Amino acid sequence: MDGVHDLGGLDGFGPVDAPKSEPVFAEDWERRAARATIATTLGLGIPTPRFRHSIERMEPAHYLGSSYYEHWVTGTATSLVEEGKTTQEDLDRRAGGHFPLSRPVRGVLEPVAPTQPRFVVGDAVRVRAWHPAGHTRAPRYVQGKHGVIVRYDGLHNFADAEAHGGGQVPVPAYSVRFEATELWGEAAEPNAHMHVDLYDNYLEPA
Amino acid sequence: MTEHDHDHDHGHDHGHAHHPAPLAPIEARVAAIEAVLREANVIDPEAVDSVIEMFEHTMGPMNGAKVVARAWVDPEYRERLLADGTPAIAELGFGGPEGDHMVVVANTPEVHNLVVCTLCSCYPWPVLGLPPKWYKAPAYRSRAVREPRALLAEMGSPLPDDVEVRVWDSSAEVRYLVLPERPPNTADLSEEELAALVTRDAMIGVQRVL
Repeated sequence: MDGVHDLGGLDGFGPVDAPKSEPVFAEDWERRAARATIATTLGLGIPTPRFRHSIERMEPAHYLGSSYYEHWVTGTATSLVEEGKTTQEDLDRRAGGHFPLSRPVRGVLEPVAPTQPRFVVGDAVRVRAWHPAGHTRAPRYVQGKHGVIVRYDGLHNFADAEAHGGGQVPVPAYSVRFEATELWGEAAEPNAHMHVDLYDNYLEPA
Repeated sequence: MTEHDHDHDHGHDHGHAHHPAPLAPIEARVAAIEAVLREANVIDPEAVDSVIEMFEHTMGPMNGAKVVARAWVDPEYRERLLADGTPAIAELGFGGPEGDHMVVVANTPEVHNLVVCTLCSCYPWPVLGLPPKWYKAPAYRSRAVREPRALLAEMGSPLPDDVEVRVWDSSAEVRYLVLPERPPNTADLSEEELAALVTRDAMIGVQRVL
């Protein structure tokens, strides 16, 4: 989905606030949130792509206005509701106030079969521009853009299918190199290349 | 406009809650999840305390620093590391989730590498631990692929125009580690002393010179 999580290339967020060092968990609730998230995904067998999609479906203002561990809290609670382990009302009651959850799944499972690589290093490719309503690992800023395969990474489970109940379907994955000017036009910085890891299904010959 | 308009409804409460309850504090939301996990017999969250302790104590940039220092002192190791990162890193005892498919990219006088995850927070846990907050925040994720030079300059590592910048967006299974250049005048240092020079930021690529 072209969601608020798909941040590559957006303007307006200002400088990076990078302290020289920071604790692994700044507050105790962050540590407990990480623990609860790991426990939930292990206990319910939730694949990583599906968990990621539970965060991508957060209400956009909530996503941008909250820290990363609050994203985990929201995705984890949403997963527990969607697995029938609790309800919105139960969570609100237990938390003593409103417990914001993510929006419903809008994506559908597209049929996909295991495939063999169609491309080799050096091939020119174009990223399909299909903008699915569900989970994808093709960022919006490369959809429709032309690039060159620079590395073949073997077969990997197709995240788009696994996020929507399609199980583990191995497909080829590559690193694709893009000229900065192809992605950002006149705003491109000089002598810069962006590389994005993309599944075979996202690509077509160019 | 009346107070019953849904301008303030965030989409979770259709059908009830014309006056949504105040937001529950984040600590209370975490406690609610913990209670559900126990009472619904999903899992006791304490069962994964050992995983959290690994993040706190055994994973972190000190591991990646050992990989970098070894590559600086051992040219054959460097070659193996750049050819196939995962087994070379495993030689030093590091591997596991979020480090199963490692690619190591080397900085040179002509090339600078920068790693980002624009879609979420993908990061090589076994060699760098959990990512810092800024790596997961919108400013870094949005700008690293659009204006890496401006970002690097702001973060203290301006690049001359004749140095190519290569940005790596970890959008699938591969996780990246940047191999910084060995600083000059370090010929006398031991491997351990070299490792102590290597920073997390250099291995992400937001710091060019050590």
